[in-house]
Amino acid sequence: MKPILDVVAGIGGAVLNALGFVGELSRFAASGLIGVFLPPYYPRMVGRSLMEIGFYSLPVVSLTALFTGMVLALQSYTGFSRFNAESAIASIVVLSVTRELGPVLAGLMVSGRAGAAMAAELGTMRVTDQIDALTTLSTDPMKYLVAPRLLAGIIAMPLLVVIADILGVMGGFLVASLKLGFNPSDYLINTFSNLRIDDVVSGLIKACVFGFIIALMGSFHGYRSRGGAQGVGAATTSAVVSASILILALDYILTQLLFIK
Amino acid sequence: MTPKLRISGLKKAFGDKKVLDGVDLEVMTGTAMVVIGGSGTGKSVLLKCILGLITPDAGTIEIDGEDVLKVSRGRARELRRQIGMLFQNGALFDSLPVWENVAFGLLAEKKIKRRDARAKAIEVLAQVGLAANVADLPPSELSGGMQKRVGLARAIASNPKIMFFDEPTTGLDPIMGAVIDGLIVDCVKRLGSTSIAITHDMASAVRIGDNAAMLFEGKIVWTGSAQTLLASDNIIVDQFTHGRRQGPIQMALRK
Repeated sequence: MKPILDVVAGIGGAVLNALGFVGELSRFAASGLIGVFLPPYYPRMVGRSLMEIGFYSLPVVSLTALFTGMVLALQSYTGFSRFNAESAIASIVVLSVTRELGPVLAGLMVSGRAGAAMAAELGTMRVTDQIDALTTLSTDPMKYLVAPRLLAGIIAMPLLVVIADILGVMGGFLVASLKLGFNPSDYLINTFSNLRIDDVVSGLIKACVFGFIIALMGSFHGYRSRGGAQGVGAATTSAVVSASILILALDYILTQLLFIK
Repeated sequence: MTPKLRISGLKKAFGDKKVLDGVDLEVMTGTAMVVIGGSGTGKSVLLKCILGLITPDAGTIEIDGEDVLKVSRGRARELRRQIGMLFQNGALFDSLPVWENVAFGLLAEKKIKRRDARAKAIEVLAQVGLAANVADLPPSELSGGMQKRVGLARAIASNPKIMFFDEPTTGLDPIMGAVIDGLIVDCVKRLGSTSIAITHDMASAVRIGDNAAMLFEGKIVWTGSAQTLLASDNIIVDQFTHGRRQGPIQMALRK
């Protein structure tokens, strides 16, 4: 009887822990969002976070998008040529990049770069008492540290995705026109004739959500980190892993909401 | 006369571990109290409760007769604005230069405009014996002693009426420790502040304290003049101040 009770108690404990975690995360997110809308505002911190999340992520996002577009064109060509459907490559590249690959790959890259940096910075501030010091200096750490990062994530990610979309399509165009022998003007006409504003907008909506998730998970795990260098390392790993999984899961949910009527 | 700070029956537990188990402490206006106690006895938890960084389970914390745990959040924030804090490791913001660290509280409370903040910070840095040329350095380029001084400058910049010092001499050589203690005494006297310091360093405790209290097993077990710390006639205090291996503190550790 006792082993069964132990198993049940273990499951119960795990469920309670999970619910506690979700509750804590929800309160943290709500508190951070309230900080975005209510004064005092910290424009310098928003600017700094925009640089961290947006500007400094530009090279890695650009390269990822460019190569993804190139590979997509190449793969589509080898696959579609079996059915004499090579003419669909331009549409495949632009729709894949704008709807899915642009926001998702940019999200994963920014999560690995900026989300990890955010968790490490806030984690270090936590274990060296800098966050407590903010409170003693009449400053709400949620408003000073978390709210600007959430806002910057929501603003920066769509801008990065616009650039990723352009470079992804350009990558496909370069491979198609220089390597696969497509007529450049025909390729561009095919690209834009099949592209609708909804395709781009849906990608940008996803980008806003992903930006929020990256900043939230980076801030949350950093803010609650404990136990010195090891705790900061664990917070950084958790921030990247949880943001990446949430991006992929939310991508499915958002696709369902945005495209399936 | 109402004490500047009165703590009554303060309790705080983490899980099963009772860290504070009914702390009572009074600090009169303009006096310096030193709280001593072994590692893990809850000295830092006591400070964090007063600062509002940890919510106690029970008890009262009165500043000028007002219980900060019962008044509105805004009023509690106002009461706590009187407090300046020097953290054990300085806790300087490493993303900001020294002058912004020093002027941070003044800028946050909008007591000063940003264009005047650097000059004000340099003025405060001079009070802790630091030259103007450190103002633009990042904290990581400063020595431990200089970081403590910048932390002290940050704590005194807004002329607090109450000052807390968390192990101010930890990690410093004896001479630098004495220098920091001297600066603390000077700053507290100049501002007319009430101060509370927690420390393991007996020389420092005698130098900066008017009164002292010993925290043991979650309670204040002794209070008296800081000058009598080394001859208190209390077996717990005597064992601690003289660093003896045998005595009630060791017995407590064996439980």
